[in-house]
Amino acid sequence: MKASAGGYARANDLGHAIEMLGSADGMGRVLAGGQSLVAAMNMRLTTGDLLVDISRISALSGITEDAASLRIGALTSHAEIGTDPLVRTYAPLLRDAVACIAHAAIRNRGTIGGALAHADPAAEFPACVLALDATIHVTGRDGKRAIPADDFFHEVFETALQPDEILTAITLPKAERDERQTLQEVTRRSGDYALAGLCLVRRRAGHRVSLLSVGSRPVLARHAMAHLDAGDIDGAVAALRAEIDPPSDTQASAGYRRHIAGVLLRRAMADLTGEKT
Amino acid sequence: MSEIFRAQVDIDLRVNGEQVAARVIAGQHVIDFLREELGLTGAHASCEHGVCGACTIRVNGQAVRGCLMLAAQLDGAEVWTVEGLSDNNTIRDLQDAFVARNALQCGFCTPGMLVSAEELLAQGGIPERGKIREHMSGNYCRCTGYEAIVDAIETVARQRAGKANS
Repeated sequence: MKASAGGYARANDLGHAIEMLGSADGMGRVLAGGQSLVAAMNMRLTTGDLLVDISRISALSGITEDAASLRIGALTSHAEIGTDPLVRTYAPLLRDAVACIAHAAIRNRGTIGGALAHADPAAEFPACVLALDATIHVTGRDGKRAIPADDFFHEVFETALQPDEILTAITLPKAERDERQTLQEVTRRSGDYALAGLCLVRRRAGHRVSLLSVGSRPVLARHAMAHLDAGDIDGAVAALRAEIDPPSDTQASAGYRRHIAGVLLRRAMADLTGEKT
Repeated sequence: MSEIFRAQVDIDLRVNGEQVAARVIAGQHVIDFLREELGLTGAHASCEHGVCGACTIRVNGQAVRGCLMLAAQLDGAEVWTVEGLSDNNTIRDLQDAFVARNALQCGFCTPGMLVSAEELLAQGGIPERGKIREHMSGNYCRCTGYEAIVDAIETVARQRAGKANS
């Protein structure tokens, strides 16, 4: 089908974009890479949007570091994240995720900020930022906010973003020297949305486990994390299967998703320890 | 609607090396613009939600889904379609290899296949077949079963690597 936009405006800078969003009377929609939004528009899942195109705001793109953290601008593309040396060293989970996201042409245009603001529970980046304990930075008419990833994702396609706010960047703690990160997922074909996926981070403070495609938002598996901290993998698998409430749909049943979530946790632990499953 | 938001947007861009100025509808995607306004019907509009790859074109040096980018976003862009890449011989060897290996039947997917494959080949070297398959996994072919397509791409990678070394 064909999209029906209400109008289009190109933002020169962040202030300009926020001003235009504010003037859109609730119909404003931020357009960046467009890899989810334009598809939704073409399918007429959304119509009449007043598009604020932020894709030319160069200040929102790029990856920088300071002593303890990595900052990734919202407009940084999946392809850039997949090849960036700072990401490879300090957030390898994100590089693993890029390889799982859709296909090369989509990774060229898609942005991390767009993926997070879109908040598809089957997408990789939302689960990754939960596992990494990242902070999501947004700016609106009332100023800036820094939102912990754990508080950012509310429901399917719903986040803590207010209508006049724009996601500008994420920051995340740099991986410690002996930190390990891995992403495991099950897909029927390369580039498909995962039937279920799991991120595992092991750092000095403990394990962090997050999942995608097992609920209406990416979830942190706190009970499983506690069992892993205690060195009890079997207990963690049981706790994980008990604490998630996955949906049944045409792709997979709830029971199957619950089963493979546990399998993915074992694979992730084996990946960390170098054992074969 | 506020005057800030335009129902029609003026864009200036280069398409296949030629300067183009146009006024486009806000919600029109790049493929409809190329096909219906510029008459460049090589890239195809098919699934229109980024799954099939038949609309793959090159924008600012990168392969992109033409159906997932708005024409309004093309202001200042450098666009190459299968027509331009054919005319300037960028993909001549790839096209010859597709013909020689029967890497198409109906040909609907071929323009997208060629642009995607060219992006991989431009990285240089001889990619393993698994890497070729992974790179091309976003381009659907409903006729050939992909084996011949992978063969053709691999053949051209070897040819180009041979030329580079000779």
